Amino acid sequence: MSAYTSQFNLHSSQPLSNSLTPIERKLVVLTQSGLPVIPKPFEWLAEQLQVSLAETLVIIQQLQQRGVIRRIAAVPNHYRLGYRYNGMTVWDVTDSQANLLGKRIAQLPFVSHCYLRPRHLPEWPFNLFAMIHARKQATMENYRSQIRDVLGKAYQSDDVLVSSKILKKTGLRLLP
Amino acid sequence: MMDKLDRQLLNRLQTGIPICEYPFQVIANELSCTEQQVIDKLQKMLDSGLLTRFGPLFDINEFGGAFTLVAMQVPSEDFDKVTAIVNQFPQVAHNYQRQHQFNMWFVIATEKTDEIVDIITQIESLTGLRVYNMPKQEEFYVGLYLPV
Repeated sequence: MSAYTSQFNLHSSQPLSNSLTPIERKLVVLTQSGLPVIPKPFEWLAEQLQVSLAETLVIIQQLQQRGVIRRIAAVPNHYRLGYRYNGMTVWDVTDSQANLLGKRIAQLPFVSHCYLRPRHLPEWPFNLFAMIHARKQATMENYRSQIRDVLGKAYQSDDVLVSSKILKKTGLRLLP
Repeated sequence: MMDKLDRQLLNRLQTGIPICEYPFQVIANELSCTEQQVIDKLQKMLDSGLLTRFGPLFDINEFGGAFTLVAMQVPSEDFDKVTAIVNQFPQVAHNYQRQHQFNMWFVIATEKTDEIVDIITQIESLTGLRVYNMPKQEEFYVGLYLPV
């Protein structure tokens, strides 16, 4: 069995022209473990990059416009906020309708991430993934049944994989 | 315990800070507190583990890199050993234990696309277990926000 069993192109929608300039890459490396919590964090970054603050702010804004940076934000530990039921709901839906249904499920307010992914038959029949976060099991079950309702006749089976432990959560790490 | 300002701040900081010279002062103005309070509380939430990080959230796909979700079925007696093997790779960005036969789920993020295959091959060889690669074919939505 080959390690790479999927036939899908990992970067089908990403032309290589999206690669980073040297200063953009340096910015990623400098901030991938976080920004310092000081009054002027971007001035700190400007000093590290050896450019002006104004230039640094422009680079960040451009990276945001390109989608390289989604946002500059705090990432909570969901367990510590009381979200004990972090469920990856997975669904086996008719292929021809999967794209349409994925878009519909993504509109449900409690779905935080939604993706189409390859099946691995026979062990893994699920092609649609939707992450939900709840403080109570009953809430999670309610969310699941709402998703089931949206899927209607295209629904074949589903499961939910609740996380029990964060084993690692460092985010991206490019080598310096 | 979190007070009202902690909660407001936690909600506000999840949505993204402004890109300007004094971002914490802007947030302090919005929440009617001081810049020093924002800074002290944010640092405290990071130190206590309430927040796992503070900084830019990147989408590696947008700069020619690769990103994939993979799953493994790890025998319970080997779970800690396999966790250590998988987590030693800097390209493993997030790793979660889940209550299922597929009990380990992690994200591999690499700067070059072909590195993904290389990491998967290395993990399979070091653990003797199969790695199920599940790269996204479509992304319908990403927007985690956990209000408190």
